[in-house]
Amino acid sequence: MTTAPAKAGWRFRQPSVIPGFGLTLGFSLAYLTLIILIPLSGLVWRSASLGWSDFFAIATDRRTVKALEISFGTAFIAAAINVVFGTIVAWVLVRYRFPGRRVIDAMVDLPFALPTAVAGIALTTLYSPKGWMGALLAPLGIKVAYTPLGIVIALVFIGLPFVVRTVQPIIEEIDKEVEEAAATLGANRFQTIFLVLFPGLAPAVVTGFALAFARGVGEYGSVIFIAGNLPYVSEIAPLLIVIRLEEYDYAAATAIATIMLALSFLMLLVINLIQSRTRKRYG
Amino acid sequence: MADPELYPADIHHEHASLAVTERPLARAALMALAFGFLAIFLLLPLVVVFEQAFSRGIGAFFEAINEHDTLAAIRLTLLVAVISVPLNLVFGVAAAWAIAKFEFKGKAFLITLIDLPFSVSPVISGLVYVLLFGTASLLGPWLKLHGIVILFAVPGIVLATVFVTFPFVARELIPLMQEQGTGDEEAALSLGANGWQTFWHVTLPNIKWGLLYGVLLCNARAMGEFGAVSVVSGHIRGLTNTMPLHVEILYNEYNAVGAFAVASVLAGLALVTLVLKTLLELRYGAEIAATRGH
Repeated sequence: MTTAPAKAGWRFRQPSVIPGFGLTLGFSLAYLTLIILIPLSGLVWRSASLGWSDFFAIATDRRTVKALEISFGTAFIAAAINVVFGTIVAWVLVRYRFPGRRVIDAMVDLPFALPTAVAGIALTTLYSPKGWMGALLAPLGIKVAYTPLGIVIALVFIGLPFVVRTVQPIIEEIDKEVEEAAATLGANRFQTIFLVLFPGLAPAVVTGFALAFARGVGEYGSVIFIAGNLPYVSEIAPLLIVIRLEEYDYAAATAIATIMLALSFLMLLVINLIQSRTRKRYG
Repeated sequence: MADPELYPADIHHEHASLAVTERPLARAALMALAFGFLAIFLLLPLVVVFEQAFSRGIGAFFEAINEHDTLAAIRLTLLVAVISVPLNLVFGVAAAWAIAKFEFKGKAFLITLIDLPFSVSPVISGLVYVLLFGTASLLGPWLKLHGIVILFAVPGIVLATVFVTFPFVARELIPLMQEQGTGDEEAALSLGANGWQTFWHVTLPNIKWGLLYGVLLCNARAMGEFGAVSVVSGHIRGLTNTMPLHVEILYNEYNAVGAFAVASVLAGLALVTLVLKTLLELRYGAEIAATRGH
């Protein structure tokens, strides 16, 4: 299928000798529309048909606000913890050689592979007052299971691979010469790491944080077992959606879901902006 | 530059490579932090699953598995995966073909849309189908009139699973096929192969390991999905309970051995997935190179 020489002007696609464009793009778009776009726009449409005052009433309901605060707050703390430890894990995996490194590297993906409900009951058992970790922490007066701290623990588990897998390839790419240059110019190791290497890692760390945070905000399965699910204290937004659905309060479920979606997209937008800024600054 | 105050003597005397690595003490501390963190957050939860599953002995474990509702949950989970993974496989190949082999307007936007399900809470992924097919929806009365059951039945569970696992195969294949370019296909076509022959004999062999990698991850998520499926399933024992949902029910009934027995089967599946994934990365790293990382 040769095409006439390109005329100046708008053209949907570049000419190519490879067949199947119409078939594959057509099928992809149809499937995408049926599975993702129609259901999602149904949500937005239902939410819009609520009317502004109803929507506002649900959005400012104290239980809704608290649930959103808890979801976003715990996800933020967990992502911050993962940024610190995830970066250390990535550094150790890339830079140091030790027996079992490959096994540990593979293990980092466990939270991707382990069903969230399994993680949920395992963590709850671990951190319940009689569990291995819970019994250790109880004498210190630290309660994890059935408190917001439990939510953080579950979200740290869920988010870890996002940070490690985003930062790891960037550490692998670091040119040793940069470090040698810094060292030759008199920087000590601490200065080299924090002033020379970290700025280069910053975009990856921010991306890892964003991915872990976004996943944490929406997480359900691993959290509901350990959280205790006390309204206003340890009830996350996705759970409140489920509760409203079970009460056949579709309006409230829809409104909370729409707020969550909007906040998540806003957050991703902000993080994209931060990222493009850091990229510009550090090339 | 030889001010002993600013440049402690040991730096000068240490091995030359010291400047580009951490001192042994710092190194040990970092490794201890990393291993301690991974042991507490990854290893312990995994160990607990098996410890609890076998806490009453191996007999109790098999008794828990060999129970009517548990077997039904295992069958349903397999059925859902067998339907939803191939659907997303076909979509992934088609989307990657269109995106990687052609240049067209709006491509970046299309890729963003494909990734969309990853940024949606699983609960919302289920909710959208409840809104679409529920009794209060536009379609609801029509479906009821025609006796079509989607919600709280297998079709709803499959749809929710397809939604959640939608991007897996596509996002593995797109960067891989973009990297491979169109040279091989153009050569095959110029030698007289038709489109299907080109795909089967040229493209598919090029992408097979990347495709398998994507299918592996897609399958793990399809079998393990909880939130989305929980919203649309209705939790009918022996009928619409997948394995993860069955774990929840058993756990909430204080049947710890039963819950952890089923959970340990899922954990075993996760371990198998990790082993296969690692083997694929080690063996065919170059062929799935574009796919590392999420």
